[in-house]
Amino acid sequence: MTFLTLDRVSHHYFSKKNHIKTLDNISFSVKEGEIVTLLGPNGCGKSTILSIIAGIIKQSTGEVLIQQQPINKSEPAIGYMLQQDYLFPWKTIIDNVLIGPKIGNNQTEAIKGKASYLLEEAGLINVTHVYPSSLSRGMRQRVALIRTLITDPKIILLDEPFSILDYQTKVKLEDLMLRFLKMYNKTTILVTHDIGEAIAMSDRIILMDANTRSIEKTFEVPLELRDEAPFSVRRHPKYQLLFEKIWQEIEPNTPGTKIVGHQNDV
Amino acid sequence: MMFSSDNQLYKNYKNQVNNERKIIFLWQLIILVSFIALWEIASRMDWINPLIFSFPSEIFSILLNMFSNGKITSHLQITLFETVLGLLLGTIVGIIFATVLWSSSRLSRIMNPFLVVLYAMPKVAFAPIFIVAIGPDYVSAIAMSAIISATITTLVIYTAFLEVDPNYERVLKSFGANRRQVFREAVFPASLPAMLSIVKVNVGLSWVGVIVGEFLISKEGLGYLIIRGFQEFDFPLVISILVVIALCAVIMYKIAERLERWFIKNTN
Repeated sequence: MTFLTLDRVSHHYFSKKNHIKTLDNISFSVKEGEIVTLLGPNGCGKSTILSIIAGIIKQSTGEVLIQQQPINKSEPAIGYMLQQDYLFPWKTIIDNVLIGPKIGNNQTEAIKGKASYLLEEAGLINVTHVYPSSLSRGMRQRVALIRTLITDPKIILLDEPFSILDYQTKVKLEDLMLRFLKMYNKTTILVTHDIGEAIAMSDRIILMDANTRSIEKTFEVPLELRDEAPFSVRRHPKYQLLFEKIWQEIEPNTPGTKIVGHQNDV
Repeated sequence: MMFSSDNQLYKNYKNQVNNERKIIFLWQLIILVSFIALWEIASRMDWINPLIFSFPSEIFSILLNMFSNGKITSHLQITLFETVLGLLLGTIVGIIFATVLWSSSRLSRIMNPFLVVLYAMPKVAFAPIFIVAIGPDYVSAIAMSAIISATITTLVIYTAFLEVDPNYERVLKSFGANRRQVFREAVFPASLPAMLSIVKVNVGLSWVGVIVGEFLISKEGLGYLIIRGFQEFDFPLVISILVVIALCAVIMYKIAERLERWFIKNTN
């Protein structure tokens, strides 16, 4: 059953002198619990899609449906995670995690229990009462992830949440994030320009074209890779195949790719 | 023996820092002492008019006298009271105005030209109107001092509100926060450092308002003593009062600075 549907969504940016088409005819749907990646270079409009789904900006034409309903701004159904953690520096870790329930006036014992469970799972239980400034970037991003999960949003939007982390921290965070997303069966859209990250994290990859601002091609991630943790996915033979295939699609003129003949395998 | 040599390096570093501090303090002392000495000598030698500039020794004995016979106490009390109240009132009113402007971007656009006029106006020019409208007593001096602080506070704090990273708002809005919640959870706490640093600015400004107010009201307070000294050609008195004001203003500034530092230390 489709959970989220984008139907012929376009977006124009208007200024006094001209207008720019930032998205052209984007249609795709996401099933419940599915993790879909929007892959593409900077400026291809992938973050704009997230903003439209989140209701921060409005599409010029087309429709966005969550469970067959148009998006409703007042209902907090969307969890949003950004490149930087945007933890509130004047709040302790636990207060940062519980800010969503606080806004929603829903600080129940069950929520607090969930918070300490997730903090425990993420290895953060010892820093519950410290301020974000004393944590490393990776730890802070883990806190931001828990803050996003705590209110149980219907859809989670991840806007390049790994891009400023070093490689090791990034892979560890990917592992944790995937575990949490699967645990709560969260419908997720990840935006990235990193092919490896896309393969490691998602069930399906939507490749965006920067020139036409539209969907270029969709890749299904092989089932064998979906169940692997992001760290081990990267050593799976099928990972390489898919990687090369996506690379070919982005840079068709790159010489020396033996993979082309094996396309049907992937 | 790595450990002891590392310790030695650290000791050397600490000594260096200490020495530097001592040198700076020494120079400050030299400047102060030579300024006072030069002043005394210049007056005694008639290089400057001793009727206007007096002598440091005389100023000192006037001050000693004023404090020991208690003549200055009531004036000092009233002026300090006015200044502190003007400072607090100006800062709080300014923050409230900034909050109101932030709450509606349309309102802030409408108010913009009026604020610019108020900001550009020399506020002390309003003093006669205040005195007629409010009455020739300490309330006018407080109002004078508050309006000067309030205008700059409104502008600076409103700008600080606008400069808060919009992504904090985005995070809160994803949880369904309304504008009031965004203000309480993100915009206000993020602007607290700006508020504390505007208090330091306001210390100076509220003194301006109070002294000008007292000049005109001419009943009591340090400003009144200055005007009386001026009218009676008692310049040693004027200079003595200036010294008192300088000391009080510096102490207030230092308190505001301490407050700011304490706050920053306790939130990070």
